[in-house]
Amino acid sequence: MTKRVAIIGIGTTGFRATTPDLSYRELTYEAATKAYLDAGIEPKDVDAFVSTAEDFFEGYSIADEYSPDQLGAVLKPIYTIPGDFIHSLASAYMMILSGIGDIMVVQGMSKASNMLTLSELVTFAMDPIYNRPLKESPHAVAGMEMARFMYETGTTREQCAKVVVKNKKNALTNPLAGHGVLIDPDYVLNSEIVSFPLTQMDISPHSDGAVVVVLAEEKTAKSLSDKPIWIRGIGWCSDTPGLETRNWAEAVYAQIAAEMAYKMAGIRYPRKEINFAEVNDEFSYKELQHLEAMRICKKGEAGPLTEMGGTEIDGEFPVNPSGGCLGVGNLYELNGGHKVLEVVRQLRGEAGKNQLKDVTTGIAQSWRGIPTTTGTVVILSN
Amino acid sequence: MEIMEKDVAKTATKLKTQQILEGKVLSVKWEPNLKYAWDNGPALGRYLAELKNGRIIAKKCNKCHRIMIPPRMFCELCWRPTDEWVFVKDTGIVNTWVVSYVDWKAGRLDIKGGVRPITPAVIEIDGASKGMGILHLLDEVDPWKIYRGMRVKAVWKPAEERIGAITDIKYFKPIE
Repeated sequence: MTKRVAIIGIGTTGFRATTPDLSYRELTYEAATKAYLDAGIEPKDVDAFVSTAEDFFEGYSIADEYSPDQLGAVLKPIYTIPGDFIHSLASAYMMILSGIGDIMVVQGMSKASNMLTLSELVTFAMDPIYNRPLKESPHAVAGMEMARFMYETGTTREQCAKVVVKNKKNALTNPLAGHGVLIDPDYVLNSEIVSFPLTQMDISPHSDGAVVVVLAEEKTAKSLSDKPIWIRGIGWCSDTPGLETRNWAEAVYAQIAAEMAYKMAGIRYPRKEINFAEVNDEFSYKELQHLEAMRICKKGEAGPLTEMGGTEIDGEFPVNPSGGCLGVGNLYELNGGHKVLEVVRQLRGEAGKNQLKDVTTGIAQSWRGIPTTTGTVVILSN
Repeated sequence: MEIMEKDVAKTATKLKTQQILEGKVLSVKWEPNLKYAWDNGPALGRYLAELKNGRIIAKKCNKCHRIMIPPRMFCELCWRPTDEWVFVKDTGIVNTWVVSYVDWKAGRLDIKGGVRPITPAVIEIDGASKGMGILHLLDEVDPWKIYRGMRVKAVWKPAEERIGAITDIKYFKPIE
């Protein structure tokens, strides 16, 4: 039988728009100190570390070399995944399954406020021959996807606006979130047009912060933790990068990543067998698109469900009770880390005013942002 | 768009610059505009502020007793917050160095034309723990007469020119 692996420690700085008082070193040090305290371990007990960093986001070449100190990982096995936090989580999970060690640490950090030419940085991710010479805003990519998604599913701008209203409201009662506010759908619909149908309020503002998670093999997990949160299934997937040939309506990457995780977890009916979701909502429509891709909603159902309040904290299937990217902030490669953190807090019953009742299984899903077609999923149970 | 012969010569098909300039070869040029700020935090922030004051500051860990530069808020070996701030001297000894005939862009220096080779060095600072030092430059010394363990001292920019950067020290030069 396959080994079971649990999350036994979480630590975070919380998330806010700027952190001028701290460097990335102190951000990660704070998250790591809290995670190790939470797990009841010290860095010397850790068998290996996985950090998450994109050179162009950090503003360093070979940014991974700057990972060890603030994790207590100096002269220990460590490597960096230039992907989403959940990719790193998968890597650490596999290290435990393959017997490399029993305790693994996963780290992610965002200093988005330090990227001064963010739009040009994202444009630099587009193909230099086909796409870049056209000098289109990266938000045009999101706007075009939103348009095609709305056309094929019958989703309305009002339904997308309702996602923004809900998530920013949830963020108000999440002390970790930095972008909570009470607004009505009209405020979103009438905010400045960026790439119609996408408006300014449909776009997540960015945030800084760090998350560190401690994983352990079953025996160790049970001896160290009275609230282990088990990894039931994990998956990841990338579609073609081509802006010319990708599926503009459906998040196929999220569908395949979710199916991989469902298969591992033995889940056939995700809507019934999972209680809530933290999904990527970097743009309002992405929450709806991802819910449909992961079979939590049928095609065209996520918008109406949201409109009727079905994804609110007290709804039948709560989505982004933390406030999501829209309410917490876009954390780039850390986005998946925030989702995992919030699912663990819910399953432990530590989500404060945003606590859901009687939850046993949650799903965390992430996406690497425009212009990517890469998604990650992890299913957790208490 | 300026195309340099040396760039063209690197291409696999050995193109001639003229072929590109005449539009006989399709080409795309992209200059990324990537700008960053790096928040220094309390440790590096104080270090740089003290450089502006013409002083070098370190931080001490009371567990391993190391006096560390650049200073840091936590000891990466003991995994605990660091303790006192400690001023160290602006003198030290050369740990290792090099006589470099190329600049940071890998461009050749005109050594035969009389340009002095660049002499980067790691200097172990007096007052800091062994092995703790500053990566900087040596000058006012014959590059070929530098030796391991040579005693050196910082040459500071005038106070009004200092901005709180590692370049507030112009270079280190031999003493005695």
